[in-house]
Amino acid sequence: MKILTQHIDVPGIETIDVFMKNGGYKAVEKAIKTMTPDEVTEEVKKSGLRGRGGAGFPMGMKWSFLAKPEGVPRYLVCNADESEPGTFKDHYLMMKSPHTLIEGMIVSSFALGANTSYIYVRGELMYVINILEKAIQEAYDKGLLGKNILGSGYDLDLFVQPGGGAYICGEETALLESLEGKRGNPRNKPPFPAVKGLWQCPTVVNNVESIAATSWIVNNGGDAYAAIGVGRSTGTKLISASGHIKKPGVYEIPLGITVEEFIYSDEYCGGIRDGHKLKAVVAGGSSVPILSADNILTTDAGEKRLMTYESLSEGGFATGTMLGSGGFIVMDETTCIVHNTLTFARFYHHESCGQCSPCREGTGWMDKVIKRIETGKGRSEDIDLLVDVAKKIEGNTICPLGDAAAWPVAAAIRHFRDEFEWHITHPEEATKPGAVYMRPGASWSN
Amino acid sequence: MSNIVFPAETLDLIKKIIARYPDGKQKSAILPILHLAQAEWKWCSPAVMDYVATLLSISPIEVYEVASFYTMFHLEPVGEHVIEYCRTGPCCLMGGVEVYDHLKKRLGIQTGETTKDGKFTIKEVECLAACGWGPVFQIREKYYMHLTNEKVDEIIDELSK
Ligand SMILES: Cc1cc2nc3c(=O)[nH]c(=O)nc-3n(C[C@H](O)[C@H](O)[C@H](O)COP(=O)(O)O)c2cc1C
Ligand code: SF4
Ligand code: FES
Repeated sequence: MKILTQHIDVPGIETIDVFMKNGGYKAVEKAIKTMTPDEVTEEVKKSGLRGRGGAGFPMGMKWSFLAKPEGVPRYLVCNADESEPGTFKDHYLMMKSPHTLIEGMIVSSFALGANTSYIYVRGELMYVINILEKAIQEAYDKGLLGKNILGSGYDLDLFVQPGGGAYICGEETALLESLEGKRGNPRNKPPFPAVKGLWQCPTVVNNVESIAATSWIVNNGGDAYAAIGVGRSTGTKLISASGHIKKPGVYEIPLGITVEEFIYSDEYCGGIRDGHKLKAVVAGGSSVPILSADNILTTDAGEKRLMTYESLSEGGFATGTMLGSGGFIVMDETTCIVHNTLTFARFYHHESCGQCSPCREGTGWMDKVIKRIETGKGRSEDIDLLVDVAKKIEGNTICPLGDAAAWPVAAAIRHFRDEFEWHITHPEEATKPGAVYMRPGASWSN
Repeated sequence: MSNIVFPAETLDLIKKIIARYPDGKQKSAILPILHLAQAEWKWCSPAVMDYVATLLSISPIEVYEVASFYTMFHLEPVGEHVIEYCRTGPCCLMGGVEVYDHLKKRLGIQTGETTKDGKFTIKEVECLAACGWGPVFQIREKYYMHLTNEKVDEIIDELSK
């Protein structure tokens, strides 16, 4: 079942003519000509679509919180900052099929009553920004953007805004600060963007994938979307698959397939690269807890784990994780978990905006201590120190980056503590190039 | 430094960019203009940032503050080609560390340095949202993916011509 990527490999799909020949922009016509904004919102609510940026918050509900005071403009801002390590799905979708996002932007802006909308794209993706701007111009030329769209009286201007290289600008309030031309420091909440967002006006921020899905929902109805998936994990999800698999790439899956099928079937990752065994998976981007092969494939209850929000989090942080942004990073038995954790700790240290001391200081500490362990200079008390620092950050910060920094370190120690210990007790061996600790008698899954 | 002036067509574009935002919110154009400035002058010198401030009728400190927050802006002179190399986990899983070592050896410089002939600067950056196509580096707007030692050599040879 493909919704967002059904036509992605059609030659020329990046041009509006080919896109329209393949059914593109039908949702704009249907929404604007035959539905009210509230009816569009109602379908999105019925669909059960949850925000694809990482938090999984129900999209229709978020839309219904938007304040609508008379005479005050409202904004839709698309979050295309995509900087969570392991995640590259929005990049893929925008680069291959820019009109899929633009169509969703028009439908969603109409539903929210926004007359100006922005797509905030990370600055590194300047070539994608160029692709989007070209596609937006095509949409203006066809009367799908601008004044009086399709003769309906509805006006919408759509602009692309580049970022400048800062992961924190993916956090929605930091993104709004950045769009206002400031440093990307997250705001205290409340007030929430739905009440005071961009330039203090009511604003909805949604991920690329969430917005892109609204066109299909308008065309086919919320119920049809909700019929795909399992329970509260409805519809399809783009998964960015990287690491030691045969076929890295972006896959659109119906939510609810098993993790095992996703990793091993030829339709998706195609299994672990030749001759190797699965050791660990980070299922939802660098922020979510890493799991060992056993825990990712099977829940505590002995059931096969599914690619859904609920199943991946089953067992809490003891044995579970999160679907997050769908950045699925696969590691085989040649992976040094300590080194991988170091790159994540270094990442969060680098990306902390520095506003709150637990995050600013804590991420620095974790980076420094893991670096010490990785380079064979660790001390026996360092592991507990890391656990302690992670605990002190968690829940004590303005924005969730603090938690996002703490969880991967805490989880790596929870599931792979012996690797950290081995690095400390065997500094000479641990620092040899390519050194990897093999748990005695370990039988990583096939 | 009176020679810091955008070409006429860039100034036109800047007018259009400022028109994307409501009246009085022209400060929002700061990141787009800094990108244009860096494309024009390779790095954001204080004189360039002062010029950007005058274009937006804001104080220079507002531009310094922003330019120093975002990692894409070079606040020091850089070489002709700035190679921004991804150092984050997923790229490392694909051999990113080894390929980076090769690149450093090939150019004879360390992270943050520029080759003596002024051709290349290397910088380490965090995840470029291309993790499944790693190892990855970026030179200006172009992504170079699935890097190997051989590929790196070819790219450097090509750019050295
Ligand atoms: C540190 C941090 C980084 C984030 N990065 C992104 C991002 O790159 N893209 C994204 O869509 N959401 C990101 N988010 C989540 C956003 O704050 C927000 O929840 C999301 O854009 C809402 O859209 P959605 O409901 O459609 O998912 C990030 C959150 C945090 C705390
Ligand atoms: S948690 Fe970190 S990134 Fe978030 S506001 Fe505080 S210092 Fe900044
Ligand atoms: S880790 Fe290198 S692009 Fe994401």
